[in-house]
Amino acid sequence: MAHAIAIENDKVTADMVEATEFPHLAQKYHIHGVPKTIINEDIHVEGAVPEFRFVQELLKVMETKEWSH
Amino acid sequence: MAIIEEKDRKEIQKRLAEMAGPVKIINFTQELECQFCRETRQLLQELSELSDKLSFEVYNFQLDKEIAAAYKIDKIPATVIEGAKDYGVRYFGIPAGYEFAALLDTVISVSKGDSGLSESTREKLKAITNPVHIQVYVTPT
Repeated sequence: MAHAIAIENDKVTADMVEATEFPHLAQKYHIHGVPKTIINEDIHVEGAVPEFRFVQELLKVMETKEWSH
Repeated sequence: MAIIEEKDRKEIQKRLAEMAGPVKIINFTQELECQFCRETRQLLQELSELSDKLSFEVYNFQLDKEIAAAYKIDKIPATVIEGAKDYGVRYFGIPAGYEFAALLDTVISVSKGDSGLSESTREKLKAITNPVHIQVYVTPT
C-alpha cells in the first residue's frame, strides 16, 4: 500500500526495507514485529492496517513539527 | 541455478501480461557482493526476462555515486521500480517470499501509472503537498 501511495502522490517516496538485512535500522526503529511502518521518522504504525487507517496515520504528518518548516 | 523456478515462471509471465507501459528495474549492488546483493540481482535479472516490457539496469553503489545519489540510494541491495517517471518506489533488501508477490503488484501498478487506490483515498492524499518518506519494515516469509 505504501508503494501505491507513492505512485498516487509525487511528494511521497516509499521504501520496503528488509529488516533482517539492515539490523541497525531495525534497532533504530524498534522493529520487533513486521510489518512496521515509519512515516517521516515521527509516526510509527504497527502491523498491517486497512487502507483508510493507513491514510489516517499518514495524514498525521501534517500535524508534526517538521511539516510547517 | 535459477532462483525463479520453471513452474513459477509461467505464472509470473501471466501476471506481467497485465503490464501497460515499460518498467525499468534499477538495481544497486557492489563489486564484492554481499549474499543478499547477489541473490537480489539474480532474482531481478530473472524477473526482467519474463516480460518484454521489463528492462534491467545494474549500478555499482560505490562507483556510480552520482546515479545512487540521484535516486537517493543510501544502502544496498537497493532496487528502484521506475515507469513513465520515478514514482519514488524503492526496495532495500531482497524482495523474496511474500514481498515478491507484492513486487509484481507494484511493477504492474507502476507500468499503468495507476495506484489502484480507492477514490476516497486518492482524494485524501491530495492534502500531501510536502515531501513524505514512508519506510515499511518487512521480513521475508
